[in-house]
Amino acid sequence: MNRHLKIAAGLALAVGMMAQAAPAQELKLPREKIDLVAPPFVHAFDQIAKRGPAIKEFKLTIEEKKMVIDDKGTTFQAMTYNGSMPGPLMVVHQGDYVELTLVNPDTNMLPHNIDFHAATGALGGGELTLINPGEEVVLRFKADRAGVFVYHCAPGGPMIPWHVVSGMSGAIMVLPRDGLKDGNGKSLRYDKVFYIGEHDLYVPRDENGKYKDYESAGDAYNDTVEVMRKLTPTHVVFNGKVGALTGKDALTAKVGETVMIIHSQANRDSRPHLIGGHGDHVWETGKFANRPETNLETWFIRGGSAGAALYTFKQPGLYAYVNHNLIEAVELGATAHIKVEGKWNDDLMSQIKAPQPIGQQKAAEAKPRPQMAH
Amino acid sequence: MSARLTLMAAPISVIAGGAIVALVAAQTPQTDTGFVTLPATRLTYQLPGEFTKNGKPIANPSTTVSVNAFAIMADLVSVGDFKRCIAERACPGNRDIGTRDDRPAVNVSWRDASAYAAWLSAKTGYRYRLPTDEEWTRAAGERGSGDLPQIEAGDEAARRLARYEQEFGREVDPVTRPLGSFGRNVHGLNDIGGNVWEWTDSCYARHTANGTSSVVTNCGVRVVAGQHRAYVTDFIRDAKSGGCSGGKPPANLGFRLVRDTRWQDRLKLLLALRT
Repeated sequence: MNRHLKIAAGLALAVGMMAQAAPAQELKLPREKIDLVAPPFVHAFDQIAKRGPAIKEFKLTIEEKKMVIDDKGTTFQAMTYNGSMPGPLMVVHQGDYVELTLVNPDTNMLPHNIDFHAATGALGGGELTLINPGEEVVLRFKADRAGVFVYHCAPGGPMIPWHVVSGMSGAIMVLPRDGLKDGNGKSLRYDKVFYIGEHDLYVPRDENGKYKDYESAGDAYNDTVEVMRKLTPTHVVFNGKVGALTGKDALTAKVGETVMIIHSQANRDSRPHLIGGHGDHVWETGKFANRPETNLETWFIRGGSAGAALYTFKQPGLYAYVNHNLIEAVELGATAHIKVEGKWNDDLMSQIKAPQPIGQQKAAEAKPRPQMAH
Repeated sequence: MSARLTLMAAPISVIAGGAIVALVAAQTPQTDTGFVTLPATRLTYQLPGEFTKNGKPIANPSTTVSVNAFAIMADLVSVGDFKRCIAERACPGNRDIGTRDDRPAVNVSWRDASAYAAWLSAKTGYRYRLPTDEEWTRAAGERGSGDLPQIEAGDEAARRLARYEQEFGREVDPVTRPLGSFGRNVHGLNDIGGNVWEWTDSCYARHTANGTSSVVTNCGVRVVAGQHRAYVTDFIRDAKSGGCSGGKPPANLGFRLVRDTRWQDRLKLLLALRT
C-alpha cells in the first residue's frame, strides 16, 4: 500500500472517530508524569495509593530494530515499544486515567498502534491510535478495573499477529487503591517486582536449516507468516532473548524478601513454574478483584493475558523460573534465573546421605566393632 | 588400499623396530594436518571427576602419573576432514559441524568422534583414537588446565551460587575460526584452550571418601578438556544449554586424535591386515 494511501486511510479513520465522539472531557485531576523503566524492572510506585485518582502520563516510542535473540547470533526483525521486548510495565491505581503519548518516529517503516486490554472501547484504543512513521497520538483511558493486563500492537488484519510475534507487546498493572489483599482481606506487601514478558518467535530457516537474516521487517514478512501458520515457534523467550535473564543478568533476591512476578504472554499459552519455590499468592488470570490462589506449584498464563504471583523466599541458592513446557524452557529459551542470598534452612531440606556407591554404608556398618564383650 | 598393502608386505620379514618406524614415516596419514610426537614422561596433574569427603565436595587432588610416548594431531579435526567421513557413511550425517572446510568440526559428540577415529584407522591401517585426559593434559603443555576451582566453604546454597558465578564468569565467543587462529602451544599444537573443547576417552568418576574410599565410574559421561574441564554425556553434540553432568558448558565440542606409534601396535596391525 503506498504511503499516501496509508496516510489518507489513517486520517479518514481519525476524522470519522472524532465526528462521532463527544469532545474530550476536561478532567479536573492532578497530573503525574511517569518515566518508564526497561523490563524486567519496573518504575517506582506506591503499593497503596497515597492520593486520590490522577491522570498518569506515559510515553511510548515505537522502534523497529534488528535484534540478536540467542547465543548463536540469530538475528530478528523486532518491533518494539521503547526498544525492548517486551515493552515496559506501567503501573497505576484503579480509578486513575492513563494518558499515553504514542510516537512512531519516521525512522520506522510501518504504521503501528496500541490495544490496551485494560481499556474499554475502540478495540482497546487500537482504532484511535493508528499512526504512520512521522506521527504521534495521545490516548486517554480510565483504568477502571484492577489487574495486570496485556497491551500490544494491532494494526489490522494479518498485521496483528505479525506485529505481536515480532515483540510488540507489554503489560500494565492497575492496582486496587488500597493495595493487594489475600482471600481474607489481609494486606499483602512485596519488596520487589519483576516483569517477565514472554514472546513466541517464528524465525524462518534456509534450505540448510540455518536461521535467515533479513534487512527489514518487510523483507521477513512472507517467510515469517509461513512459519507462523505452522503454530510452532522456533524460540520462546523471556525479555527478548534466549538467556536474557541469566548469567550476569540473572534476577536477585534475599531470603525473607517477597517478590511479585508479573508474567505476560500476548499470544500463546504458558505455564510458569519457580523451580525450588512456589506461588504463595497467585492471580493466575491476573485480575485483583478475584481472590488469589495459594501455594501453587505451577500456574497458567492464557495466551493474550498477564498474571501475577507473590512468593517469599525461604531458602538461598539458585532458582530457575521457567515456562514448564520444559522443551520450551530448555530448547527454545523460556528460562530465567534468580540468585537468592541468605542462610540455608536444614529443616526444610537436608542431604541426609551424600551420593555414594550402593550398599557402601551397609558394608561399613557390617565391620566388626572392637571391644565387643563376649 | 592395495598399493599400500604391497608397500607393507615387503618389510614384514624384517621384524626390527627401526624398519617399522621407517614404514610409519613413509606413509602419510589420511588427514593433511601434521602430527606432533611427544616422548614418554612423568606428569603431575589434577585428577578429573568429582571428589567428596564425608559427604562434602573437595578440590580435585593432584597426582603424578607415567604417560607413554604418543603422536597427536597438531590441529583439531576439520570440517573438511569430518565431511569425508560422512560422505563415506562411516560417520553420522551432521549438518551442524560447520560449513567452512578450514574450521574445526564442532557440534560433534564423543560417539561421532569415536566413529571418525574408527573410520580413519580402517582407512589408513593406523590406530587412531581419542586421547586420554592424561595424554591431552600432557600435550596441552602450558595451556592445560584442570577443573574450575572447587568451592569448599559455605553451605550448599552458597556453593551453588559461587559455581553459578564461575560458570558465567568468562563469556567465550563460540564462532569458530580457521585452524591455527588461537596459536601454537609449546609443543607445536594449534588452538589448545581456544573456543573448542576437546573430547577425551577418559570417563567421569565420583570418588567418595567417608571412612572407606570408593569410586563409581560412569563411561556414559566423558571428560572434555579445554579452557577448563567439563563432563559431558557421550551423545551430546551441543553442550551449551546443558547435557553436562558438571562444569561450565563448553562453547563448542570438537576433537583431535592420537596415533599410536608403538612398534608393537604397528606390527599387530600389519599382521592383521596380512591375514
